[in-house]
Amino acid sequence: MMQAGAALNDLDVAQLLGDYRVLPGISDELVDNGGNIRPVWQPLLRHLAAQSPHDLDQAISRADQYLRDRGVYFRQYGKEGSTPRDWPLSHIPLMIEMSDWEKIASGLSERGDLLETMMADFYGENRLVADGLLPAQVLAANPEWLRPAVGIRPRGGHFLHHIAFDIGRGPDGNWWVLGDRIQAPSGAGFALETRMATSRAFSSLMNEANVVRLAGFFRAFRDALDSMRQTETGRVGILTPGPMNDTYFEHAYIARYLGFTLMQGADLTVENGRLMVRTVAGLMPVEVLWRRLDSAWVDPLELEEGSHIGTPGMVGALRAGSCTLINALGSGVLEARSMMAFTPRIAEHLTGRPLSLPNIATWWCGDQAALDYAIANVGRMTIDAAMSTRLPFDHGPDVVIAGKTVDGTPVNPDWIRQNAGGLVAQEILSLSTAPALDGHRLVARPMSLRVFLARTRQGWQVMPGGFARIGRSGASVDTSMQRGGSVCDVWVMSDRPVGEDTLLTEKPTGYRRAALGALPSSAADNLMWLGRYVERAEGQIRLLRAYHLRIAEAGSANYPLAGLITEHLAVVGVDPAEPLPPGLMADVDAALRCAGNVQDRFSVDGWNALVDLRKTMAEFALRVGQGDDAARAYSVLLRKISGFAGLVHENMYRSMGWRFLGLGRAIERAQSMLRILQDCTGPTAPSGALDLAIEVGDSVMTHRRRYSVDTDPNTVLDLLLLDDMNPRSVLHQFHVMEEHAAFLPKPGDEKLTPFQIRVMEIVTILSTSTAKDITPDQLTHLLGRTNDMPALLARSYMH
Amino acid sequence: MIYDIRITLTYDYDAPADAGRHVLRLAPKTLAGVQQVVVAAVDFSPQPAERRDRVDFFGNSTVDIRYAEAVMQSSLTMRARVERGAARVFGQYCLLLDQLSGELAAEHGLGPDSPHHFRANSPRVPWVLDVAQWAIWAAGVATSVEETAINISNALHSEMTFDPDYTAVDMPLERAFAARRGVCQDYAHIMICALRSLGIPAGYVSGFLRTIPPEGQPRLEGADAMHAWVRVWCGRQTGWIELDPTNKMPVGEDHVVVAYGRDYFDVSPVKGQLRLSGGQKTTQSVDMLAVF
Repeated sequence: MMQAGAALNDLDVAQLLGDYRVLPGISDELVDNGGNIRPVWQPLLRHLAAQSPHDLDQAISRADQYLRDRGVYFRQYGKEGSTPRDWPLSHIPLMIEMSDWEKIASGLSERGDLLETMMADFYGENRLVADGLLPAQVLAANPEWLRPAVGIRPRGGHFLHHIAFDIGRGPDGNWWVLGDRIQAPSGAGFALETRMATSRAFSSLMNEANVVRLAGFFRAFRDALDSMRQTETGRVGILTPGPMNDTYFEHAYIARYLGFTLMQGADLTVENGRLMVRTVAGLMPVEVLWRRLDSAWVDPLELEEGSHIGTPGMVGALRAGSCTLINALGSGVLEARSMMAFTPRIAEHLTGRPLSLPNIATWWCGDQAALDYAIANVGRMTIDAAMSTRLPFDHGPDVVIAGKTVDGTPVNPDWIRQNAGGLVAQEILSLSTAPALDGHRLVARPMSLRVFLARTRQGWQVMPGGFARIGRSGASVDTSMQRGGSVCDVWVMSDRPVGEDTLLTEKPTGYRRAALGALPSSAADNLMWLGRYVERAEGQIRLLRAYHLRIAEAGSANYPLAGLITEHLAVVGVDPAEPLPPGLMADVDAALRCAGNVQDRFSVDGWNALVDLRKTMAEFALRVGQGDDAARAYSVLLRKISGFAGLVHENMYRSMGWRFLGLGRAIERAQSMLRILQDCTGPTAPSGALDLAIEVGDSVMTHRRRYSVDTDPNTVLDLLLLDDMNPRSVLHQFHVMEEHAAFLPKPGDEKLTPFQIRVMEIVTILSTSTAKDITPDQLTHLLGRTNDMPALLARSYMH
Repeated sequence: MIYDIRITLTYDYDAPADAGRHVLRLAPKTLAGVQQVVVAAVDFSPQPAERRDRVDFFGNSTVDIRYAEAVMQSSLTMRARVERGAARVFGQYCLLLDQLSGELAAEHGLGPDSPHHFRANSPRVPWVLDVAQWAIWAAGVATSVEETAINISNALHSEMTFDPDYTAVDMPLERAFAARRGVCQDYAHIMICALRSLGIPAGYVSGFLRTIPPEGQPRLEGADAMHAWVRVWCGRQTGWIELDPTNKMPVGEDHVVVAYGRDYFDVSPVKGQLRLSGGQKTTQSVDMLAVF
């Protein structure tokens, strides 16, 4: 053991490093073999040493606050399903010198080219197997080698476009590839958020140091995707499995960041060999699809039959060459661990020289010599399933590590022999360590890097840093996030000043913003329902507040109107006697679900407002009583829910999506107002019902000002049904619908959609009526005609 | 023998079925020297909006169709005239079990008939402990691959009860095996599972069986619907042999091959679910008549 800080004069730095222990026999990122601090770390160390503990705490909380505000999470899987977890940021960025990084970048680009060639061979001629460079069984038994995709040549010629590698530095100081992430690697978006958060903590340092920027990488890839379109009308989409996926946050984030449409399998359909997205303007061709789900799930017709997240006919569309899938179907075949036993040999065969950045030594036990070697050296091997595509430190149930099974007993060599074809042995690599914060001091933790590559017209672009995994404890070689590891930023330090664009990035090409109007029908549906659920919840909160206010006045729940309110709310499954009715919370949950489905079109602030509302409700449910206490609680909730509506109304771009949100709100508001009027203005309504209607309709002051008399059925009906100047009136809702609908696309040569025709019908009735004409039957009729509006909306615009 | 084959599948729906997409594998294969398709055609009613004929990975003739409109009833018919050769003589070149791994290692191809596709688990045939243990017993003292396959086929036939009411198309093979009941699909899957657990490459065959047996012979099980049996790889010299465990017989003149695959997943005659709001009734009729 050596104490690294001892070699430094600077007292503060020495203190910072007081707990920094480098284990013998492994290399360290911060301290070289001679115990000296590597120069690339000097600026960061000096910066940290100059901070008071308070300053450091402040810096860290700025980063954490950023992640919380942005709602960055990933899903962690446990025994009880999956739960969203805060992004586990390790605050100290990893420093890498440009010269070191350039070697990584060129080594991995070379590997990217190799994998592209292998992929083309596996889904083409199969020369590598025929020439004996890869045992047939290694390919044939690989469940990710998708036979329906064999023979499909990708449009544009390339199979791989967005790939990643997990790499680690061994004791000899060299980098090794630990895993190839070729299926649909995640993390590039998280890297960007990790960078943003870290720069919040160390903004001045970031600005002074020559840290290579990440944005250029994304711009280049966005332009590359965009340039793969062959027609003006073709779309670029990002295909997500949906909000329950562990990295859905990233899918929505990337879609928002790059300006592409987030799509789910059900949004897509295939017609005459062309992949189409269902939008509010009809079917639109999709020419480039960046899939964020495993190949097997994209088509239940030809691939995984049980897939509910795929698109029947997708394989046919690819066969017909109508679109580019990123990455091509079946690219997961390259992730199998057994493949790494053969990549070095294949590389030498194809290029005549060894890989400059090799993968960790790997033996496929189906080969007799490899099997014998693995058994003889079992003490320094990890033995696991040959076809495993798990991350490097994520093991299967039958894993053997250093000769021991998961229960700690020595492995029986006969077990290895019997299962040889299904096993692969890999040399255990002691990862290098890097600094992480423990309190106010630095400690050494094992580290692995994830490096992202994107194909552009100039070849592979390597994202300059952004993502390293840091292990939980010093002794472990495990950096898995699922088991408590964290992620830190990676700063590639140039010796020259870097601008917004660096030498590593390409100048933006003629990227053009996708035309508006391509709103997927499912997104329109989710936004419409989001508008409805929020409005419904707001209406209920108003009624519940009125209910409790009257309890406070009457001293008990035995007042004349209580029955009316109870019956009225029972229709929507809410019991006002409960402290915070589960029915109300269910509506807010439903709103959150809808918002989650369209997170890419939705401001982070709006989302946070909804989350905050739900949290407050859960708190109130535990402690709010009846009467005055409850009435005040509902006032708080009302302010919060109005805050959400305000955020949306003030801040959301007037896109097609905003219109569907507004349509949902108007439809719901019209329905609930008609129901209130039905219950409160009829001849049998109890006394006080008219005042209740005015109160729930948020129109008490207006009523006083306009009529200066007590409420009577005619004044109430006039104000809440017929008065277009009142934003709560039913007529106003239909005018809102009329206005939104005028901006929606009309399919074919129709002059008006069925939705518009119905809106006109009701507007005509309301505009030509006076309060005296409105009978209870008339209200019933209007409500019936209004209840059809969601179905008419779907029929008219959601194809 | 020359056969005229006709299969009609009719679907009746309680409510209009939404637009649907299907992949069909119904037309017989041509197998050099064994089976010759004179003519084959697949027709639909109503006419689908799209139709594409192709050959899949395993060389099976495949039709992709799409209905654009909702329908209350749809039907499809495959008609074919096929010349089928006699049963092959077994036991000519006997590959010993302990020679198998050497033979496989020497096989570098990954074409449709490569044995390598048929060794690992496949979508409908996982490794099942009970079947693997049974396979060792059922194989008996056989020393050759071919004999092992015949022993397993015979043992399966004597233990299983043919029972169309017990099984469903998506029932896992371990359940059929546990109950020792099922139809040709279950027989085939269990036998494939057993052979693979012994390291022997085995695949699934879908096809037709002659409807009316030659005079004096009993009617075969599975003749009133599409049938299924097993192919077994017996080394580079012998290649593939086919056995019908449901009828405890080698495959010969009475069988016509439609499709080869790893299991039912690769060859299912009609693939693709309709989005349904109500129930559905399917009727199937098959005729395979010897012409001369």
